[in-house]
Amino acid sequence: MTQLALVIDLNVCVGCQACVTSCKEWNTAGSAGPMVDQNPYGADPTGTFFNRVQTFEVGEFPNTETVHFPKSCLHCEDPPCVPVCPTGASYKRKEDGIVLVDYDKCIGCKYCSWACPYGARELDEQQQVMKKCTLCVDRIYDMSMTEDDRKPACVKACPTSARLYGDIHDPESAVSIAIRESGGYPLMPEWGTHPANHYLPRRKTRIKIHEDELERADNPLKVDRQLPKPAMSEPTLDDVTTW
Amino acid sequence: MHPAFSVIFLTTLIGAAQGLFLALFTTQTYAAFKLLPQPDAHAFYGQGSLLALVLLVAGLVASFFHLGHPERAWRTATKWRTSWLSREVIVLPAFMGVVFLYGLAHWLDWHPLLMTLPGELPLDPTAILGVAGTVLAFALFLCTAMIYACLKFLAEWHSPLTVINYVLLGGASGFSLAAAFAAFTAPELVSFLAGWAAIITLLGLFGRSASLYRNARLKPKSTLQTAIGIKHPRIVQKTQGFMGGSFNTREFFHGQPIAVLRGIKWFFMLAVFPLPLLLLVSGMQGTMGLLVAAFVVQYLGLLAERWFFFAQANHPQNLYYQSIA
Repeated sequence: MTQLALVIDLNVCVGCQACVTSCKEWNTAGSAGPMVDQNPYGADPTGTFFNRVQTFEVGEFPNTETVHFPKSCLHCEDPPCVPVCPTGASYKRKEDGIVLVDYDKCIGCKYCSWACPYGARELDEQQQVMKKCTLCVDRIYDMSMTEDDRKPACVKACPTSARLYGDIHDPESAVSIAIRESGGYPLMPEWGTHPANHYLPRRKTRIKIHEDELERADNPLKVDRQLPKPAMSEPTLDDVTTW
Repeated sequence: MHPAFSVIFLTTLIGAAQGLFLALFTTQTYAAFKLLPQPDAHAFYGQGSLLALVLLVAGLVASFFHLGHPERAWRTATKWRTSWLSREVIVLPAFMGVVFLYGLAHWLDWHPLLMTLPGELPLDPTAILGVAGTVLAFALFLCTAMIYACLKFLAEWHSPLTVINYVLLGGASGFSLAAAFAAFTAPELVSFLAGWAAIITLLGLFGRSASLYRNARLKPKSTLQTAIGIKHPRIVQKTQGFMGGSFNTREFFHGQPIAVLRGIKWFFMLAVFPLPLLLLVSGMQGTMGLLVAAFVVQYLGLLAERWFFFAQANHPQNLYYQSIA
């Protein structure tokens, strides 16, 4: 059985909000749209988003780390929002595990949003139906696109490749390997919702620089009897030519 | 959570209506066993059922204001296998129908003898409708309360006390209303109904105090650490990702200072329990004004109680919406 999901690498997310705007751009024009903004240029703007990037500060000054945290529907394997829906508008697709809302059946009672511990659902103020991330279901199966484009808009937009997309039930997929080998974890595991989306933790990045990387290995002491010896302050061959 | 007035009115109005119906049928049962004088069926059961029906309709109308698409409300009856909200939507009209038929049978004096139970107890359609209504009234209390009690993320609601309190508080307001109503239509029943109203109010005081005691000692299961999966003890949100409001900041926060919350708690702890208790006991001899005041004060208190019920529930999603920048 397939379970499509995102794996978000907190180690490389820079909080640029490109996934937020790309998501909104695609989905407001796609089958899940419009994602209405209210009072966009006023004092108190508000609007529907499927994806938000939040920022947390971890630790105490000066030993702090800034963590940018993209947050969208986690497409839980045991979604608590689905059974509470009185109309069946909220459902989880058997074929790929995506949790969706049928806007034609939703009555806007907001009960599913109460039943989601992650706050992943937002009521659209104009359409008065519950909206949430669709994992770009109108994009990932669009055969008129090239295979490389058949990915969620947020994944395509991420400039640091912090967002991976794939089937977490396929042990050989890139997302499964990332979860397995880079310590992927789910959010709020205490509720037993088994979120499909996973996050990769921050890691210490260390670079080991060897001596021969600072000096040219093939001529470590800049000794060359055939040519006049250049002064140490002069540019080396690496700096003046592109080979 | 942000208390929605539609739901506050729905739950308090239908709660009082369910309690009123239970009071009517309790009286009928006692009277059948000749433990109480037989009241004027027209006035007491007939008009009493009408009063309950009016409250139920008012509650139903209020509930529609909670929906984004009220015209699709009929769809809510489809998922009764999994959703308590769907079950409530089925049980509420069923209960309304039975209350209507029960009142109509009494109104038309339709009492054909169906059979005689042991002990010379006559059985007529109103008795059968009354039993059905009683079952549905309790089923409706269960459905309404389970809508909240089944949400495990909202620890303040996720307790049997939620169900117990919906039954007790609905019952108390319904019996108070029945006592006030009897003062006009069947004065001989006032002391019986006011007595039961006082007893249920007292039980409600214990139930609600127990849930307040429990909720004050809850330890949130989710923390910022589990919310973003970082183990460090000190995490501060710098921005929730946007400057303006969103559904998440409107729906899950009551937005009131702690002093308002505390004030409302003390108001309802007075207005739902000791004040009506005092008025009921002193009005037991049939003083209409005191009994009406008992119900009105208790109902106003219940509005505050329900507001507090919603406001006190702290949703784990709030962890993600702590800071605007």
